[in-house]
Amino acid sequence: MPALPYPVARLVDTALVGELTVVGVDGRPITYPMTPLLWGERIFMTSSALDSAKVTHIKANPRVSFSVTNPEATGTMAGRVTIQCDARVSEDDLHEGWERLIQGWSKKDPSVRALIASRLAFPLLLERILIELTPRKAWYWPDGDTEKAPQITVAAEVAR
Amino acid sequence: MNPSRRLAAIARRAMGGDASTQPTPSTQPTPSMDEPPSTDRQASTEPTPSARRHDAAQIAAAGFSPVEVASRGGEAPWLGPDGISSKSDLSDAATTEPEVPLSVVEDALARLVAFEDVVLSWIAEDGYPMNVAIPIEINPHDGLVRFDTPTGFQLAGGAEVALTGSHIRPLSGGGFDERSHITIWGTLVARPRGRFVLHPGRAWIWDESETPPPAAYERSLPKARRYFEELSREKGFRVRPRLDLRLLLFRATRAPFLSATLVPVLLGLTVAGQMGFFDPLTAAITIAAACLVHLGLNVANDVFDTLAGADDANASPTKFSGGSRVIQNALVSVGQMSVLAAACYVASGILGLVLLELRGSVALVGIVAVGLVISLGYTMPPLKFVYRGLGEIATAIGFGPVMLLGAFAVQSRGSLSLAATVVSIPVGLLVAMILYVNEIPDREGDTKADKRTLPVRWSKARVILGFDVAVAATFAVIVAGAAVGLLPLTVLLALLAIPLARETHRGLVRFYDSPYALMPTMALNIRLHLTVGVLLVFGYAAAIADQRLLGLRPFLW
Repeated sequence: MPALPYPVARLVDTALVGELTVVGVDGRPITYPMTPLLWGERIFMTSSALDSAKVTHIKANPRVSFSVTNPEATGTMAGRVTIQCDARVSEDDLHEGWERLIQGWSKKDPSVRALIASRLAFPLLLERILIELTPRKAWYWPDGDTEKAPQITVAAEVAR
Repeated sequence: MNPSRRLAAIARRAMGGDASTQPTPSTQPTPSMDEPPSTDRQASTEPTPSARRHDAAQIAAAGFSPVEVASRGGEAPWLGPDGISSKSDLSDAATTEPEVPLSVVEDALARLVAFEDVVLSWIAEDGYPMNVAIPIEINPHDGLVRFDTPTGFQLAGGAEVALTGSHIRPLSGGGFDERSHITIWGTLVARPRGRFVLHPGRAWIWDESETPPPAAYERSLPKARRYFEELSREKGFRVRPRLDLRLLLFRATRAPFLSATLVPVLLGLTVAGQMGFFDPLTAAITIAAACLVHLGLNVANDVFDTLAGADDANASPTKFSGGSRVIQNALVSVGQMSVLAAACYVASGILGLVLLELRGSVALVGIVAVGLVISLGYTMPPLKFVYRGLGEIATAIGFGPVMLLGAFAVQSRGSLSLAATVVSIPVGLLVAMILYVNEIPDREGDTKADKRTLPVRWSKARVILGFDVAVAATFAVIVAGAAVGLLPLTVLLALLAIPLARETHRGLVRFYDSPYALMPTMALNIRLHLTVGVLLVFGYAAAIADQRLLGLRPFLW
């Protein structure tokens, strides 16, 4: 797939929150709620240094899946999607490296800008690790009914 | 109660509520925050309407605008699941395999009942985790979860899976609140016709409405510090969180508390001025030296409290209590703070020597010596006044008579005055009350660190009585001083602050055991000290004006 099929990309771009599932150190799946930010062909999200357990898991095993399942998070858009991804974490600049996402993030959650203003009081909230997801395969349910068979899209390089 | 019956009761309660507001504390049993970390309670998504208001109040009380409460990070979050949880971090839990109290699993199941669909997560054959929304059935009587194989996927019995319910409430202006996140884990048991049964053995609950955001932040700090330490090891150089240097100094020195120094020093200078002594240069040096001593004391206090474990043991620090937390936030090291404290003391020492050179006197040397002992001995071994229940008295003396008489003595070239001594008493009492009230929310941490402050030693009733007595003595001294003609009548303006004292008393009675709810009271108490101090300065300034400009001296004093 080019990156993500248009309806899937739109769903991810709209979703206020989705579920990131990682493989824990004991091999058990662990699911975290995350706000996805679509940037080009990839999905980005950030984790504060206070909540870094997921980052530890990703560094140990970069295989993850990300889903958008909560209708409350997508407003009027129907549809659900699960995307199998390869994850990469960027810890080069926790202080400012993630700030390029602020514009897109604040569109989903305007209070983010107020969060930034609270740096003096809660500095570690703004030391954030960037998580970059490269989609491999997507399962898409256009009407959100997961009891039906999903539409499956596979990334070109994976299909090869 | 029998676990199954208890779960059934919880589930009935949960099912009786509106699904949209389901995981709120009002309809759900609230797990104790004191539960052992093995419970895997973690949180995620967003706050509830009531939660958001709750958080807003707390954040506003903490000195931030209510809108900040809505803030959350890129993960859905103001503080996400791994952080906050009150309970444990999965990464820790996963390696230690803790015993999970049955009540937590029951609680998690009861909360999941409210979700129409939950996310089923498992590890697929290709090694990638998968997650798909599915409907589930929870039987409150046997505590089992049943569901069908998701269409288009394959599951096998014996697989370890997770079921997760996440809740948010979108807001009309954008963003969301009411985050909650519940996960249960268990091993799948295959049943005929593609059905599966899960008997959950672990659970993770996070509902941000159940933990005040500042408390959640503080609880996550040790993990964040570990993260930075590990990252530093990985990269081969020290990685630290950053804060603009000016902001860092502002926070590390707790500069806003300088009002406690400025009040007595300015009052001392004004009293001296009223008696005809005033030199602008030495007045300015006095103010600078006193401020530097105070900043040095604040920083040194953080160093020694950290070394003693008091600041780390404090789980509910506020902007008024629990220290600056810059060390706990990994912004600076203990060593760097020690250097900063020493720098403040050295700078104040140099200014002190200048003052001694310009206005030296035996009285000033004595006052400086007492001030030095109090400042250094406040938290530093072997004196450690604050650990022995003497911190309040030391503070009263240091920020009352010492500061005020010191400033006075510089101007008067060593002569002391009974009026200056008397007027220093209310200032000292009220600044001691700042410390005293601010120690109230620190009781638990102070107790763990064997820091035997008066609120640690005394009961609530006795602490409040102590406050009342100190405040009553404050105003009594002012009235008595004016009545006997020692102080100008204009200092009676300070009585205008009595309503603040009454409000502070009420706040203590009402919020004594709620650290974050007590914050407005702590702010009010600081305002009480500042208001009385400013009114006393103003009273003396009026007396000076009266004396110098209006010539009404016989009337006003």
